[in-house]
Amino acid sequence: MTTTVESPDLIEPEEPGGPDGHGPGGHEAEHAEHGPSGLLKWLTSTDHKVIGKSYMITSLVTFFISGAMALVIRAQLANPTSSLVNFQTYNELFTMHGSLMLYLFAGPFAFGGLANYIVPLQVGAPDMAYPRLNALSYWLYLGGTSMMTLSFVVAGGAASFGWVAYAPLSNSINSPGAGTDMWLLSLGLTGFSAIFTGVNLVATIFYLRAPGMTMFRIPIFSWNMLVTGILILIAFPVLFGAVVMLFCDRHFGTHIYSVQGGGVPVLWQHLFWFFGHPEVYILALPYFGIVTDIIPVFSRKPLFGYRGMVFATLSIAALSTGVWAHHMFTTGVVLLPFFSLLSYLIAVPTGIKFFNWIGTMWGGQLSFQTPMLFSIGFLFAFLMGGVTGVLLASPPVDFMTHDTYFVVAHFHQVLIGTTVFAGFAGFYFWYPKMFGRMLNERLGKIHFWLLFIGFWVTFIPQYVVGLKGMPRRVADYLTSNGWTSLNQWSTVGAMIIGASFLFFLVNLVQSWRKPVPAGDNPWDGGALEWFTSSPPPHHNFTHLPPIRSERPVWDYNHPEHRKEESHGDKRHREHDQEKVGASS
Amino acid sequence: MTARDSSSPDTPDGPSALTRRRRWKRLATGLAVGAPLVLGGCNMYPTYGASRGATTQGRDTFKLYSGMMTTGIIIGGFVGILILFTILRYRRRSDAMPRQFHESIPVEILYTGIPVLVVAFLFLFTVLTENNVDATVPINARITTTGAPVLQVKVTAFQWGWRFDYPNNNVSVSGDVTNGPGGLGPQMVLPVGETVQILLVSNDVIHGFYVHDFNFSRYALPGVENRFDLDIVRTGLFPGQCTQICGLYHSEMLFTVKGVTPSQFQTWTAGEVAAGQTLGRNPLPAASIPPPYTHVTPSNALAAPSSKKGSL
Repeated sequence: MTTTVESPDLIEPEEPGGPDGHGPGGHEAEHAEHGPSGLLKWLTSTDHKVIGKSYMITSLVTFFISGAMALVIRAQLANPTSSLVNFQTYNELFTMHGSLMLYLFAGPFAFGGLANYIVPLQVGAPDMAYPRLNALSYWLYLGGTSMMTLSFVVAGGAASFGWVAYAPLSNSINSPGAGTDMWLLSLGLTGFSAIFTGVNLVATIFYLRAPGMTMFRIPIFSWNMLVTGILILIAFPVLFGAVVMLFCDRHFGTHIYSVQGGGVPVLWQHLFWFFGHPEVYILALPYFGIVTDIIPVFSRKPLFGYRGMVFATLSIAALSTGVWAHHMFTTGVVLLPFFSLLSYLIAVPTGIKFFNWIGTMWGGQLSFQTPMLFSIGFLFAFLMGGVTGVLLASPPVDFMTHDTYFVVAHFHQVLIGTTVFAGFAGFYFWYPKMFGRMLNERLGKIHFWLLFIGFWVTFIPQYVVGLKGMPRRVADYLTSNGWTSLNQWSTVGAMIIGASFLFFLVNLVQSWRKPVPAGDNPWDGGALEWFTSSPPPHHNFTHLPPIRSERPVWDYNHPEHRKEESHGDKRHREHDQEKVGASS
Repeated sequence: MTARDSSSPDTPDGPSALTRRRRWKRLATGLAVGAPLVLGGCNMYPTYGASRGATTQGRDTFKLYSGMMTTGIIIGGFVGILILFTILRYRRRSDAMPRQFHESIPVEILYTGIPVLVVAFLFLFTVLTENNVDATVPINARITTTGAPVLQVKVTAFQWGWRFDYPNNNVSVSGDVTNGPGGLGPQMVLPVGETVQILLVSNDVIHGFYVHDFNFSRYALPGVENRFDLDIVRTGLFPGQCTQICGLYHSEMLFTVKGVTPSQFQTWTAGEVAAGQTLGRNPLPAASIPPPYTHVTPSNALAAPSSKKGSL
């Protein structure tokens, strides 16, 4: 960056230039003054805050559609040999539930929604590095989401082979309908939207940081989004390649995944999971970041082990590219010990994160507002999901539980722990910043407790029924299996989860009908987003505080404690002096 | 205890390999027995909801599962209680600003190092168990009670049923959920106390061969023959089911395994032959693909039973 002009209190905002020298700022300012208004403004907006909100609304709608499907699935399974829906509809429902949740909610809600909105604010940038690419990303995503959702109405119905679409079940003989093609096309569109957002996140975090915001002062949420962006660039092109090849098999007579022409069906699994396992961390790292940002604020302490956290995230990302075949232990065609060892090793950095979260709360003054409650819910949910995940890293235990409800319970605990508990923690945390109004605490807490209770009631029985041998993706089972009562508990739990979201919706409506102004910094937050107004102005900042740690706003608001902190850690102080010296 | 243990040393891979395998097995058993004791469990192998296994392989897997579950409960319980303690102990009592500490390098090294050790420990047991579960006897070994070659059953999965071919006995059983006894699908009858080698293929899409009481599943792939051994240790009826989504009637793709004594097995095969249920009498449904290539050639299997793991 250029030289830093430092006033005693505040530094004037720089207009950080993009890699080509002229940043988006100037262009955007004109845009705001002379641009269109109303619907046309929304359609043509390249403001990261508008796009972020659009992403969030679209992905939440997807979440509710997909959640409703889950409730139908649970209702079907509440009784053996139930006929609420027929087999074909059931197969379509679980395929679409998984696809919508994983491809179109969990990822886009994090990197298209929350990160799009929050990352430029946290690093002190006026917008994303490539605002138009950002807009394109959203419209591709909206197109892909609509396409996948609408595939229900085409002849032959939606895709019905599970969200993993194993060849040869997904070929044109076994899945001839247009629904499958729409599913593939949707993956292509949303895959590119993810890649574009990944490019934007990486470029923004590398190039548009405010003066003083060194790499080791970036809030962990933005750090995790940087790593997520890199993982997106590693994983999604592979998915796109796999999808294109499957499309060619279906329509152009190639035999890449079919045995007849000398192809290899298991190749699809290799390619899919080479995408799929990094994807798991693309879905998890942003949410780890959210929780890592929330816990210090509600503990009134800095994050414990910031650097350890960064290195843990980096090593999780690195390991995640080498563990894909642990999804394929039962194929009999992969080298078991290698993938088993790497999968086990992921437990180490994940454990570091847990202890850092505990260390952050240790000795603090914890208050349990809604975002903190959801974060603690995440800790417990992810703890159980993580421990059962370690079991599944062992090939023999995987042979025993593969494709049973044990695995279903495991990944729902992980994914609901991250995307729902941590995701809604972030939503409750940043909603005041985005809309300038508070959400109701009482409704938020009811939402949390119903969700938390429903979560355990749903998934603990699923572990047990899986250990009793119930396979996943079955539309019915026999009374003699003895799975009925466990399934009924699970269904009751799912309905409680469903009910908890009614309180969330009521909360949203109430915040619009009777707004409670939020102010700039309702939680005494420490990162830069809490320095600007709520909602932020078009360029995000009119001025910035000096950035001397990962929580510059906290330093600014509590100068007396900043000193104590420097005494406690000599290295940080020397580091700061170096930086001041270098920039002046 | 098992057929493999009682095998004579004149098998093609020689006495040294067998001795080695036994030594590993003994070590594994010793460690597997020791681990939960070290971990403080007085109930040696609690089931935690799982089956104890009806094959030697399934029992090994169960022991590993039980030991890992105990470890997981101890570690998960410790972390969970630590979280609970922290949030109760440090809930906000005043507006006093807590001490603003950032890190503690010794503590961070401690909670990085200990998980590495735990993981190394779990990985060791995993590999030992995996070697037992994955070991297959050489295809021509004469180790059955009658001194005949090892009993092979070729299992072919198809949409939406199973076919069980017994090349040693010229018997073939095939059907879907509408066939077998009690609406449980076709039945694979196997002798108890002998090593049975399963050759698993698919006729169309990928299916999952899963028997709950065997604590084992393996994909039936088109174009690849998967091979594994089962040493059933008790008679009984063991329900099985396809676990990999394979199309419309995935949830109806049931089968059962019936474990019988070797003499009952001989009687059964004789009866099936007499009833005309011989090889070639049960055509598969119109196959969408040609017969699978055998990726594991018999000569390969003789040389190195584990060579199939790396092949694609």
